[in-house]
Parts: sequence; C-alpha cells; structure tokens
Amino acid sequence: MHKILRKTPLSPDVVQFEVEAPLIYNSWRPGNFIIFRIHEEGERVPLTIADSNPGNKSITIIAQGIGKTTKHLNTLNEGDYIQDIIGPLGNPTHIEKFGTAVVMGGGVGTAEAYPIAKALKEAGNKMYAIIGARTKELVIMEKELQGIGVDVRVSTDDGSHGHKGLVTEVLQQLIDEGVKVDFVLAIGPLPMMRAVSELTGKQNITTMVSLNSIMVDGTGMCGACRVTVDGKTKFVCVDGPEFDGHKVDYKELGQRQRIYVDQEKESMERFIHKGGRCQ
Amino acid sequence: MSADENKLNIKERYQIPTQKMIEQDPGERSRNFKQVNLGYTEELAIQEARRCIQCPKPSCVPGCPVEINIPAFIDLIARLDFIGAAKKLKESNSLPAVCGRVCPQEKQCQGPCVVGKKAPPVAIGHLERFAADYEIEHGGQEKIELPPPTGKKAAIVGAGPGGLSAAGDLAKMGHKVTVFDALHKPGGVLQYGIPEFRLPKEIVRIEIEALERLGVEIICNALIGKCKTLDQLFAEGYDSIFIGTGAGLPNFMGIPGENLNGVYSANEFLTRSNLMKAYLFPQYDTPIVRGKNVAVVGGGDSAMDAVRTAKRLGAERAIIVYRRSFKEMPARAEEKHHAEEEGVEFMTLINPVQFIGDEKGWVKRMECLKMELGEPDSSGRRRPVPVEGSNFFIEVDTVIIAVGNSTNPLLTMATPDIKVNKWGNIEVDPVTQATSKPGVYAGGDIVRGGATVILAMGDGKKAARAMHEYMMKKKS
Repeated sequence: MHKILRKTPLSPDVVQFEVEAPLIYNSWRPGNFIIFRIHEEGERVPLTIADSNPGNKSITIIAQGIGKTTKHLNTLNEGDYIQDIIGPLGNPTHIEKFGTAVVMGGGVGTAEAYPIAKALKEAGNKMYAIIGARTKELVIMEKELQGIGVDVRVSTDDGSHGHKGLVTEVLQQLIDEGVKVDFVLAIGPLPMMRAVSELTGKQNITTMVSLNSIMVDGTGMCGACRVTVDGKTKFVCVDGPEFDGHKVDYKELGQRQRIYVDQEKESMERFIHKGGRCQ
Repeated sequence: MSADENKLNIKERYQIPTQKMIEQDPGERSRNFKQVNLGYTEELAIQEARRCIQCPKPSCVPGCPVEINIPAFIDLIARLDFIGAAKKLKESNSLPAVCGRVCPQEKQCQGPCVVGKKAPPVAIGHLERFAADYEIEHGGQEKIELPPPTGKKAAIVGAGPGGLSAAGDLAKMGHKVTVFDALHKPGGVLQYGIPEFRLPKEIVRIEIEALERLGVEIICNALIGKCKTLDQLFAEGYDSIFIGTGAGLPNFMGIPGENLNGVYSANEFLTRSNLMKAYLFPQYDTPIVRGKNVAVVGGGDSAMDAVRTAKRLGAERAIIVYRRSFKEMPARAEEKHHAEEEGVEFMTLINPVQFIGDEKGWVKRMECLKMELGEPDSSGRRRPVPVEGSNFFIEVDTVIIAVGNSTNPLLTMATPDIKVNKWGNIEVDPVTQATSKPGVYAGGDIVRGGATVILAMGDGKKAARAMHEYMMKKKS
C-alpha cells in the first residue's frame, strides 16, 4: 500500500501526486516509469516518474484523467492509498551533452518531460522546452521548467497563451531563428510525436519519442506493448519506452492503442454511473 | 470402510479398478471458470490408494523431482489417516494441492509406476490432491515444528513454484527467508499462467499462506535488478540468494501481421484472464478480447490453457493449430483430453505463415501451410516440413501465439557476473543449482528455458539444500 502524501492539481484534469514508494524513490532515473493498480479489482496502468523526495521516500507521478483508472486516481486525496506501485520500469533516458536540446511536451507529457529536461540541462546542454496544450489553463510545468533555466516556448490551440497553433510550428520557428538543434525529445499524444518526428526527420535532427502503449505487467512478460521500430517488433516496457522517433510505425501503434476502446467506454460509463467512485 | 480392509495381497490390489476423478460435465464447464476436476471422495481415494502395491524399491519416487515418499503417503490414505498423508507430502513438497492438480504425472511419478505395467498406474496425482485438499478443508493446518533459527537470511527472487519450493525448504531448516516478486500477487505462473478452472487461485493463496506461517516473508511489486541489485541484497545482510524469475519474454513467430489487433501472446491472454481477472470484466477493470473464432498456435500446456479460456469467454470456434501431430503435442495428456471434450478443434500438421487484417488493423484471417513429418530433430520428435503449395486460410478474429518464451534479461543484465548461455539462460551446477556468482543459486525456467512447475520446484529443493550448506559454512 502506497500512501498519497500530497495532491496538487496542475490543471482541471491533470493532477500531481507525491506518493510513498520506498523501493523506487532512490533507484529511479529520468525516463523510468511505474505501473500502478489502485485497488483489488483495478487494472495496471503505466505512468512516468516525474520526481522524487528522498526525505519522504516518495516519488511524484502526474496523471491526466482520460480513462476510468486515471479519472479514479485523480479523485483520490492526501492520506488515501494506492494498492500497488511497481518500478522503476523501462530504460532511463540516454543523457549526454548533445549541444542544444529541445524537449517537447504535449498535455500531461510536459510533466514527464520535466525530469528529462532537468537531467539534460545538468549534463550541460543548452535547453529549450516547447510545451503545448488546448488552452491556457491546461498549460503545466511552465514555471518549473523556467526555474531550472530552460527557455520555454508555449503554444495553445486557441492562442490563449503563447503561439496559436501546434508545437511543431514553434519548433520550426526556433529553427528559423537560427538555433541549431542537435537533439529533440517528444512526449505527448501520438499524433504530436509523429508530427514532430516528421519535421525533424526532414532536418536530420536526432529525435527520441517516449511511447505510452497498453501494458499489463510492464516487465517484458506479456508483449501487450509491442511496437514496430525500424521493421522489428520491440516491447515498449523493456526495450523502451524511448525510441528513435524516425523509425516508429505510428499507424500500427495508433491502431493498437484502440484495441479496448469499447470496453474502456463501458468501464467509464459504469464509473460515472457510480458517481465517480468505485465501490 | 475401515482400515482393516487394507489387508490385501498384491493380487487383490491389482484387481481393484482405477478410480476415476469426478469431473464437471464438459458442456457445462466449457461455459464457466469453475474447476474441471472436482476431486476424489474419501471412498474413491481409499480404493485408489489400495491399488498401490507398496514396492520395496519404489520406482515412482525417483520420478518425483521433489522426492515425495509416495508409497508412504499413499499407505496413510489407505489407512484412512488423511491428515497424516498430507503431512507426509508437506515434508518434501511445499505445494501439494498445486502439484496434485498441475504436475504431468504421466511423465513423472506415474510413468515408472510398477502397477502401470499391467494395469493403469496408481493415480498418484489424484491422491496427492485428495490428501492436500482434505487438510485444507478439515483445518489440519497446525503449525509445523521448526528447528531453532540459524540466524541466516536467504533472499528468493521470484515467487513462482521454484522460489516457493526453495523458500519452504529453507524455512524448514531454520533460515529467515524473504521472497521478492515483481507482480502484485505471489505465485508466478500459478497466478498469471494457469487458469482458475485448472488451479483455483484460492488454493494458491492457501498454500502460500502456509509458507508464510513457516515464517517466509513475501514482498510483492519488487522488481529485483531494477529497484535493487543482488549486491544490494547481500549488503542488506542476505547470506544467499535464489533466482527463480521464470520464463520472461513471449516468443512470437516472426511472420507478417503478428502485431495486428486481436493477436495475443499466450502470456498476455492468460495474464489478463488469470492474474487480472479479465474474465470478470467489467467487475474487474482489465479488458480482454472475447473472440468468436479463436486460433491458438502451439501445442503445450499454455496453448491448452489459452484455447480452453477462449472457449469459456464465449468462442464459437476455438482451434488449436499445431505444426506437428497430436501425438507430439507436449501438453499434459489430461489437458488435451479435457480440451477435446470441451469442443476444442485440433488442426494438426498446420503452421501459420501470415495474419491478415481488416482496414482498422484487426486480424480477420490467417494463412496456413500444411506440414508433413520428416526426420527426427534434436528433440527426438519428427521435424515438421511444409508441403509446397498447400496454402489455405482460416477465418479468425483472435489469435493467441503459444510457442514458448525466451529469457527475460532484466535481472541478468543488471548482474553481469552471473554467467548465462547463448539463449540468456543462467548456467548452473546441475547438483547444487549454483550460479557463477558466489552465494547465488538459480532454478526453474530462467535456467531451463521452458519447463514445468514440478521441475522448477525440484530445482528449488536442490538449491535450498546447497544454500543451507553454503550459509552454514559462511562466517558472518
């Protein structure tokens, strides 16, 4: 059982939790993720580790309430417990001094990009962050990224904050300004990572994307998370979660993410019917 | 029946017919997840036990990897001392209610049974299950007398059958034992792999609880190699370590279309249904595809478990597609038989060459080739050879690939001083199960590749003996 020590809403549907994780707080590295299960009847869902606090033997995770389980998670409060958390899973991000690096975060992906931006900054890179959201109130981590010395550019779909449009357009602007980008890491919705990779592919910029596929055990045992990279089947949980953005088969991954779309809808309707509380 | 009726001569014993296991009706059971085998009654168990001729040099015992004194426990059943029989089993087997259900007895103890030369062999597995279940039902689970603590600590990585077997034996020798498991429930393949209808999870829970009563501590959600290294465990004061991390990565066939929606590994399909209880969706949150036309590729126990699960999830057609003949299928004879009874179709001497999807990326058809058997291969089985031009199609909406597993490298990659072979399996001393790293032992599928519950448990037993010796010699 993992006690929730602190709950901080970051935007209307994105919530940050500091949660006890005595086996993970000192063994994780940026890029690692955990799998959590809220209660006995719950499913196992992966989430990237955003930070840790050794004083509390805790980690920070950030969830966007999209499906039933993440919505349920976001109803939990300080003092509540999450039944299971396992980690650190996946390979940590490869951190080195590339020169100029850009992390691109879409939605809750920005939270996941934060520890990686921090590590890249500490490795001596000149750092930019391009973060996107639908509207101003959904933009997260802007101050935190600025606080570690990252040049932050924002884009929103409705233009309520920063550039009106897509994060790829902001990346293009940056390149047009004459910034020589050596490395891009994109974390966000699949279409965003695909668009970023298309753009950087034309300019030969090394690009990693952090994939969020459906998982069960997260340790390589089931293969639910498989993805085709460079024509070969890879497991996101043990071979990833980060892959060369120019080599991922996004169409297949997009299809695979929709396998349970009907059941997910059914689960959500049941959850809402019960007043957003699982009995 | 009274114990006196057990005074039979050998001829009389041979004349007792073998007692059949009571089974749930096939038509009924193929629509539910309740146990298929319902167990022996006391009368059936006593009759079956009396078929054992109590060989002075029993040939069944060497066939048992965990060295159960088989004639002794059967004799106790014949004498109506069922609790005594269960205790006799537990002297050498930490999980008798599990083994009585899932061991391939025909290949282990019952294969060399002397009675079996003239008549059906004594149903040792059914008797083991009877005695273990009797103890569970009649509350004979009193505390086992333990020797004084040795002050030594052993860590077990992986709470599957190998690790639990080692844990039980080490605890009974007076050591402090901690078992780590990556999943949220202990049991390994007993939990995620073997379905409820063959091995109820309640039985797994009870037998693991019995180990906890011996003082074994179990820590779940602990992925050793990631959250801690083996050297960290030694630094924390563990004196020796057993690795039983099991069969890690599911094999796929490397043919087109394997990543289509609706194509599962057996591991994923079974883990969803067994560990995550997806068969109870939406009460449980984890979903599973309930196919109407399901093909399972493979002929082992996992293939049988998957195809029978698919049937219970509502498949109209549940097919085993296997590249050799029925006879060569490695699954337990009983599982093949039960699958047939439940209406599973067997398409043998057939191998898929590709899976074809619809416009939304869902599998809808598989292209197969007919096979014929050629010369024997290294396994001694005749090698399947494709028949040129024999291609044909099977309409499917779900495919489950059950063609074995490769080694999971998570722990061995984090422990470079453990020697592995070219397949990534840990190399061990065949007598002691010792790895190349001092104080570290290994067994089960991480060593063998793909084997059975009972072979893993045998490895755990051998390792426990060697770990005991190692720890008692070690100065700490």
